[in-house]
Amino acid sequence: MTDDRRLTVFLVDDHAMFRAGVRAELGAHVDVVGEASSVAEALTRISATQPDVVLLDVHMPDGGGRAVLESMRRTHPQVKFLALSVSDAAEDVIGLIRAGARGYVTKTISPDELAAAIRRVADGDAVFSPRLAGFVLDAFASRPDVPVADPELDQLTNREREVLRLLARGYAYKEIAKELYISIKTVETHVSNVLRKLQMSNRYELSRWAADRRLV
Amino acid sequence: MLYAGFWAVLPQQVTNDEQPARRDLAALVPFAAIGLGVVLLQGLLFGDNGLAGTAGWLIAVIAVGAGVIWHQSDPARRGQWVDNPTKAPPWLAAVVEESDRRSFLFRFIGGGVLVATGIIGVVAVYAPAGNLASVFNGVIFALVGLLGVGVVVAPLLWRTFNQLRTEREGRIREQERAELAAMIHDQVLHTLALIQRNSTDIKEVQRLARGQERSLRNWLYKPTASPTERFAAAIEEAAAEVEDTYAITVETVVVGDTDCDERVGALVAAAREALVNAARHAGVDTVSLYAEVEADELSVFVRDRGTGFDLDTMEDSRHGVRGSIIGRMQRHGGRAVIRSGPGDGTEVRLTLPASRDGSTAEKEVVK
Repeated sequence: MTDDRRLTVFLVDDHAMFRAGVRAELGAHVDVVGEASSVAEALTRISATQPDVVLLDVHMPDGGGRAVLESMRRTHPQVKFLALSVSDAAEDVIGLIRAGARGYVTKTISPDELAAAIRRVADGDAVFSPRLAGFVLDAFASRPDVPVADPELDQLTNREREVLRLLARGYAYKEIAKELYISIKTVETHVSNVLRKLQMSNRYELSRWAADRRLV
Repeated sequence: MLYAGFWAVLPQQVTNDEQPARRDLAALVPFAAIGLGVVLLQGLLFGDNGLAGTAGWLIAVIAVGAGVIWHQSDPARRGQWVDNPTKAPPWLAAVVEESDRRSFLFRFIGGGVLVATGIIGVVAVYAPAGNLASVFNGVIFALVGLLGVGVVVAPLLWRTFNQLRTEREGRIREQERAELAAMIHDQVLHTLALIQRNSTDIKEVQRLARGQERSLRNWLYKPTASPTERFAAAIEEAAAEVEDTYAITVETVVVGDTDCDERVGALVAAAREALVNAARHAGVDTVSLYAEVEADELSVFVRDRGTGFDLDTMEDSRHGVRGSIIGRMQRHGGRAVIRSGPGDGTEVRLTLPASRDGSTAEKEVVK
């Protein structure tokens, strides 16, 4: 963890009140270097400020967080995105992750947890909310009738499954490590692998969720 | 005389049935005049009898019939253009509503009778002569007449169909809007009012906001399943009840789903009891609830990061844990494991084998 340097964070959300709240809450932990309330605004300002992490609202006019993600991923691959939404709907979550977000948290998250999530994403790890972990377990459930095209991508290992279950049960990474007798770093590796599978896999459930919102 | 009778009766009938206030009988006069004109012309040119004379009569009849239909379809269209499109135009009621649909029917029956009369007339006039060619001509003549009526009616039918469809779509939209408005009024505004009244009581405000959030979410995203039939719905309902009663947040994650039966119901009841315990004794705002349906097993985990308790002292003081959680799970062939310690929070793990076969009822309390 790079505790010696304060992380720079950019907020994209069309609700000014929410931006102000997050800015106030995060002030102690990170530097909020900019805000944007629309997709176009976000694109120009993120390019200008080059933040470590962008907190991205899922639901915005003009294509929402996904539009920002898609444009920025091509031009600024070093910028990490953490999706932030009031919605727990599977389509939104999966869609954003598959577009390249490193994690997903809901807006009810506590300030400390949000700061920890930002730091984790900045370090290249993934952040799953309990509900997202549940979705992933659901989507990757082993069903005999579903053909697996690429076992490397389309299936979770038992260990990854265990980690996700604990995440869904509300365990923090530290607690998961303790429970499974592995290091926190290993937990992070497992979650990152799951994130990669979530982004790359062509499993039917994933494409269906994304297609429901025409997000693929 | 027969034709004259038809001509006289048909328009009046229709006019009486369909909004007499708006329809002007005088508007029919031109058609009548045209019909009469054609008849007179035929009479003057070809004399009063014979093929040509009958042809004249038939043309007159068809002209008047077509005129009537056109006349009646036109105000309809005009009515719609003039009226506010969101409001159902009066003419539409004429087509949709029972009484006026009858008038619509009358019109078509009238048209049909005209055409049939034409054909019968042709056959009656020429058949006795035994002249097949004449009969043939007459039938062609009648068919042409029919075609004419068809050409006249087709656009009207098409228009009517389109307008009906538009109107139905509009009504569905209106219904959805009304439903949304009712929901917002009954729930959201009500909740907001309560929040304003209880603005000093943070706990109550949280409870209200959380409950409203949940019901809105359900309304927006969830296909509704009955809690008495499906496991996921039942467990979510239990979590919602605890949220409402104890003003805490239950982070519910359910993976998979299955049908409810008595044993699944017992699992849900035990999970509910675990949630209630956490809400009452743990002293936290958030409790995690995770339920998973696997092929061979159902499991539920209830976890809090609260005060926890010493399991050794539990035996006497916590009747709820012994009877409602451990005992209940045992009776239904499942098991309950409780992990807790002072300051460490508590986790209750409930498992239930998917079928009774091979299930082991055991009680296990791990510290």
